[in-house]
Amino acid sequence: MVANAEAHAAEPAWPDQLFAVLKQAEIRQVGYVPDAGHARLIELCAADSAIRDVVLTTEEEGVALAAGAWLGGQRAVLLMQSSGVGNCINMLSLTRICRFPLVMFITMRGEWAEFNPWQVPMGSIVDPTLKLCDVHVRRVDEADQVAETAEAAMDLAFGSDLAVAVVLSQRLIGRKVWVK
Amino acid sequence: MLERRHAIAILLGKRSDDLLIVSGLGSTTYDVASLGDDDRNFYLWGAMGGAAMIGLGIALAQPDRRVAVITGDGEMLMGLGSLATVGVQQPANLAVIVFDNGLYGETGQQESHTGRTADLAAAAAACGIADAHDVRDDAGLARLGGLLATFRRPLFARVAIAPTDPPRVLPTRDGVELKLRFRRALAVRAG
Repeated sequence: MVANAEAHAAEPAWPDQLFAVLKQAEIRQVGYVPDAGHARLIELCAADSAIRDVVLTTEEEGVALAAGAWLGGQRAVLLMQSSGVGNCINMLSLTRICRFPLVMFITMRGEWAEFNPWQVPMGSIVDPTLKLCDVHVRRVDEADQVAETAEAAMDLAFGSDLAVAVVLSQRLIGRKVWVK
Repeated sequence: MLERRHAIAILLGKRSDDLLIVSGLGSTTYDVASLGDDDRNFYLWGAMGGAAMIGLGIALAQPDRRVAVITGDGEMLMGLGSLATVGVQQPANLAVIVFDNGLYGETGQQESHTGRTADLAAAAAACGIADAHDVRDDAGLARLGGLLATFRRPLFARVAIAPTDPPRVLPTRDGVELKLRFRRALAVRAG
């Protein structure tokens, strides 16, 4: 996995705070496709015996997993990168037609200091795509607002049986270092 | 090859109280419904490719019950990667059963990949689901039906189904109703 050098240098607090929010909300299943922006959070989830970390081959698997978790009486969240949003579109029909609660944490690519142009096409349509799929979008640009926004997203999703995406901006995540 | 309504009747004829079912969209939803409606059935009418993962989510949340995903070859092919995901998790209480007629039944009986080159039981085994069966006759079905009440490690079965199109048995299409009644049947808490 490619390390996020800036994040490591600064040791940002938001992934740990986000993990605390997941614990507080009694999240028991976490679906994810490995992602540099979520690396720390994934590590924390994998190390927690009360959380089942489920590594996915593609993000729509996680939409279905979260529906199953809810049917079985547990809460799940889904972690992904912006490129994964497009993979979820049809499976979000399941969320919408059954009114399953769903919380997604999306790390952005293709919008700020992006080195790889191939990230831009999907990155630039994340917000409208999610909205078309009836997912409520809460964007976060400042690290100190991650936890509060996450908490509010949990309350909205699980309290109102809605899909909510917390979009973590690329500026917040930090630059990816390409040349080592 | 087995006739599908005959196969489902043998498979679920002695369904245990703790067996929860997720059925893939199309023919397998009608097959499961043909045995009578049940609140412990979560029928899919869409979400193609998602049946095994919904089953995994339920299985992880309900370790004291067993979950059987019953789906078709086309639905399984669309979510083939989920077999790799199930393989990593090794859920002891999840069975994925594919009624394989080598056809896309809903769209006009076009040949699927399993009708040509793909082997789903081999794919499941290759993904780490060691207990992978290829069921071709009544005896194999009866054994599989018995296993559904007793299995203790992830199970995959491909059932060879004849290309017939029996009369449709249509359960409710209301997703919210299906969700709420399933949760009530499991007596899981609200919120």
